[in-house]
Amino acid sequence: MQAVVVRNVSKYFKKGKREIVRAVENISFEIEEGEIFGILGPNGSGKSTLIRMIATLLIPDSGTIEVFGHDVLKEPDKVRRLIHRVSVEASFFKKLSAYENLFFSAGVYGLLKKKALDRINELMDLMGFDRKRLKDPIEDFSRGMQQKVAIARAFLTKPKLLLLDEPTTGLDPKAKREVQELILHANREGSTVLLSTHDMDEAYRLCHRLLIMHEGKLVVQGRPRDLVEKLRKKYPDASLETVFMEYTGKSFEELEMEEVS
Amino acid sequence: MEAVLRELRAAMAFVERNFNLIKRYWKWEVVFFAYTIANTVTMGFIGKGAVSFGATVDADFLVLYMLIGSILWGYLSILFEIVAETVAWERWEDTIEYTFMAPVKRVTHLLSVCILSVFYGVLRSGLILMVVSLLFDLDLSRANLSGAGLVLGVASLSFIGLGVAGAVLPLISPEKGVQVVHIFQALLLMFSGVYYEVDVLPFWMQKVAAFSPATYALRGMRKAILHGANTASLWKDVYPLLFLGALLLPLGIAIFYQMERFAKKKGLLKRNG
Repeated sequence: MQAVVVRNVSKYFKKGKREIVRAVENISFEIEEGEIFGILGPNGSGKSTLIRMIATLLIPDSGTIEVFGHDVLKEPDKVRRLIHRVSVEASFFKKLSAYENLFFSAGVYGLLKKKALDRINELMDLMGFDRKRLKDPIEDFSRGMQQKVAIARAFLTKPKLLLLDEPTTGLDPKAKREVQELILHANREGSTVLLSTHDMDEAYRLCHRLLIMHEGKLVVQGRPRDLVEKLRKKYPDASLETVFMEYTGKSFEELEMEEVS
Repeated sequence: MEAVLRELRAAMAFVERNFNLIKRYWKWEVVFFAYTIANTVTMGFIGKGAVSFGATVDADFLVLYMLIGSILWGYLSILFEIVAETVAWERWEDTIEYTFMAPVKRVTHLLSVCILSVFYGVLRSGLILMVVSLLFDLDLSRANLSGAGLVLGVASLSFIGLGVAGAVLPLISPEKGVQVVHIFQALLLMFSGVYYEVDVLPFWMQKVAAFSPATYALRGMRKAILHGANTASLWKDVYPLLFLGALLLPLGIAIFYQMERFAKKKGLLKRNG
């Protein structure tokens, strides 16, 4: 079964009075159930906009999106029962403890407290998180710790579709590796994963298939290994970075610099 | 049945979260409580002061008149503020996308916030009344307290409706929404006869006051407490409150639904939207 079907989806935003930003332009792709599917692109390429539309937080200007056969516009409640999301910024009630934040999330997803507690403990152990710290306010946590709690919040309900929007950005290598292992674990437990990332190695290692976005458009999609292999004749030491340059005409770093400036 | 249980669990989660937030920000609660006490006591002394200027009114009556206005306004304000700032809170904490993505009906989300605000408002007003009664010799022997409770309960519905409608402002205008909510609240204070009879307002303002639920709430409360009016005679104010509640509560929720859709179309849920 297809977990996600995106058909001819576009989203534009007004910037100022006249300028229109084409955040996502006529994108179509499908994600099979059980896959880890990557979206690769520099900042501002439209990855987060696309994920927000799948998460029912943004309404597309055109096109359709289905999650496990449910249209995100017509059946948002059914879609929300199947998904959870982690964004770049770990967003919490910072004065509340990690437990209080996690129990709140469990409650709004209809989970019983006892079940939630067992699951929180299981997830925290998997991520090597000191459980004693769960009673502390989130504002006392490092960025890495906050992101781990954000990931636990998303994994708490064992969603059928996990939308991970750059979940490892800003994490130290150890925390990054632990989060990556958890993504693989969630996938083994049955969650389909949509992972947006800047990190080419991460995408290559984790994703069964991926697409590359540039300026709101889909430039190429396929299995990471196949995409790289195709270019091996031309570039013997090709990598996903090479794939990106080949299809966009620019290096990933160059585009990131453009975005910053 | 499972769906109902899920919604109930979600409602409890909202109540518990907001309760935890009140606990965690307790110092601010003390500040606001002290401010409200000072404000209420000041109103009481204004009543006393009017007599010292030579006003020929019963001083105790005037003090109680002002205190009812102040305490009731404090209650309605806290109700309105908590509900109206539901979205603003989520914006400040940057959790809005997570809450709006949760599989919970918006009506459950909003009404559960309202339930907590009613309990909190009643508790806070009771405490204020206790503190104020230490400073003023309040004669409540004639008061029809159950009638006053009826007026308060019915008025709460309208204010929740107004609060829910007000909550859309921070939703569609991340930067100015909260300020507009405060302006709206100030206008309600001015038009509704909190510290004076609506009759003293210019004619056009009296016409506007007729649309404010606070006008009927204050009039009904004063009749019940100051004049000891029996419950049957309070219906003149309870009916308009019931009508406004039946209109404003569903209307507020309907407006919220529409504006949530608008915000999702324009990409306004994101903090810097």
